[in-house]
Amino acid sequence: MTSITRMLHTINASFGDIEGKLVGDLGCGCGILTIGAAMLEAGCCVGFDIDEDALSIALENMDEFEIENVDFVNVDLSGDIDYISKWKNNFDTVIMNPPFGTKKNKGIDMTFLKIALDLARTSVYSLHKTSTRDHIQRKSKEWGIKMETVAELRFNLPASYKFHKQKSVDIEVDLLRFSFHEKKNQSGAASSIGR
Amino acid sequence: MADPTVTVNEMKIREVDFNPEFISRMIPRIEWKALYEAALSLDVVGNLSPELITDYEKDEDFLKEAHRVLMEVEVIKGFLICPESGRKFPIENGIPNMLLNEGEVGDGPAQSEALQEDDSMQ
Repeated sequence: MTSITRMLHTINASFGDIEGKLVGDLGCGCGILTIGAAMLEAGCCVGFDIDEDALSIALENMDEFEIENVDFVNVDLSGDIDYISKWKNNFDTVIMNPPFGTKKNKGIDMTFLKIALDLARTSVYSLHKTSTRDHIQRKSKEWGIKMETVAELRFNLPASYKFHKQKSVDIEVDLLRFSFHEKKNQSGAASSIGR
Repeated sequence: MADPTVTVNEMKIREVDFNPEFISRMIPRIEWKALYEAALSLDVVGNLSPELITDYEKDEDFLKEAHRVLMEVEVIKGFLICPESGRKFPIENGIPNMLLNEGEVGDGPAQSEALQEDDSMQ
């Protein structure tokens, strides 16, 4: 939990990308990042997730921390592109901890990243396995996006699937910051997620 | 009045700190007409202007009304209605459920193009 708080503080203090901004959180789960950003005086935060149980917990967290300027949407970001494309170029900042991907869900982290880059005007902060850093760096160059490694974190994840052999595993995770070479115009950058 | 774009069974007015600069910056990102129509559907128009006025950045009354409708009116239980298809999206506990059903997913080219690109690490 503390690395999340430190992460958000860094984003705000070093880059000014939270306070007074419209912040999006893709795959928000229980809303830790969404609510955390609101606590750092974001103008408004919107969290998107497919799991309504996680979103119920997010609502409880909102109550507990007495946060009002947060909204949540129950949506499938990997499946339905039409809805999320309405938010194109709408957010100042996207901050997210996207799903890392499983055997059945390969590349979902990159799907989330592409959507995030379409939605954000200034920057995208995203957590990715350090082992994928080079691959993401190459993709960023391909897409004409700037990437910097803001921090290196270590998460301890408990086994969550039957095929996981270990009780828990330590993984190295990068907090990456993506930004654009030119200020996005009204209609958004060239990269598109659909039409 | 056009067909409602949102219907409500339960609504809440929450208190959110007014941040005029923030609201001012958000207004160009909104479809004002859609916002106004939603306010009409919910019967919360108050003094909300039906159209964007010039120099709204400097008009505190205008911004306060925009703030009220954007940030403080919350539909807890109700429906969002797509003006094109008429499809109803339920809102529960203030969260809209935009998940599509089996037959609704896949609008054709856009969906399959985006999913066919394989940028995953092999």
